[in-house]
Amino acid sequence: MKFAVLQFPGSNCDQDCVHVLQNVLGHPTRLLWHKESVLGDVDAVLVPGGFSYGDYLRTGSIARFSPVMQAVKEFADQGGPVLGICNGFQILCEAGLLPGALIRNRSLQFRCEHVYLKVATQESPFTQAIPEGKLLRIPIAHGEGNYFCDAATLEELEARDQILFQYADRDGDVTDHANPNGSLKNIAGICNTARNVAGMMPHPERAAEEALSEDDGRLIFESLIAALNPASAPA
Amino acid sequence: MKAKVIITPKPEVLDPQGKTVQTALEHMGCTGVGEVRVGKYIEIEMDGDADTVKAKLSEYADKFLANPNIEDYRLKLED
Repeated sequence: MKFAVLQFPGSNCDQDCVHVLQNVLGHPTRLLWHKESVLGDVDAVLVPGGFSYGDYLRTGSIARFSPVMQAVKEFADQGGPVLGICNGFQILCEAGLLPGALIRNRSLQFRCEHVYLKVATQESPFTQAIPEGKLLRIPIAHGEGNYFCDAATLEELEARDQILFQYADRDGDVTDHANPNGSLKNIAGICNTARNVAGMMPHPERAAEEALSEDDGRLIFESLIAALNPASAPA
Repeated sequence: MKAKVIITPKPEVLDPQGKTVQTALEHMGCTGVGEVRVGKYIEIEMDGDADTVKAKLSEYADKFLANPNIEDYRLKLED
């Protein structure tokens, strides 16, 4: 499996993504500078976290005009899998590849902590290999992760099973208390209607190896890898 | 010509920043404060007559300066 991790001025989780995909999971991964207009030979694209363009104007609003994003759009339109993490999620929303927007956390605070995620559906390349009922413990680190969309869009997200992850408490209950940022329906991650583009605010790449005593995030990458190459799926 | 773009959060969007400013004003003793909404203000110098500038800026405000999912905007032109 060949991965590309995008790199914008201000990205800061790009190397973590490369490390996990390449060193932990053993898949060739290369960084792609935002000025590149061709993705090359890749099976999946990661849009990493950070503060692209200093979050000027709105988070992700400038990055989406980068040449590389036009290539990502074409790749996604052809069914190529794209995962946006944190700022990557914000960029994908601004680019119109995912519905809605991420606004300021309702507490106005930058929240940097571990959360529990309920996997709301296994029907996606990003969640299909996660054991049923498994609660993921993954860190978040964002000031603008409050997912918002209009009522019609939210209805559609639910009707089409596009909500991938929801903030939950340690028992797996989706409660307001467990919602770190005010997201509608505790949404932590969604996918598009074609299910090949996903975005999530939590950072699976920061919880993907035993050396860090946490590897729940790895399940998301392994899902994607298994989806791309069913033959390699663990028994 | 100077164009001013005033961007505000849509009424249905929660504005915790506005709420915090509202509370702070009340704490400072400012009476009669109603709802506060915090937005953005952009000044743009642009060549062309008023109609052209307005048309051009509306296009780019829709596409870029404001996010229609969460924000409304108003344009004001000044000679």
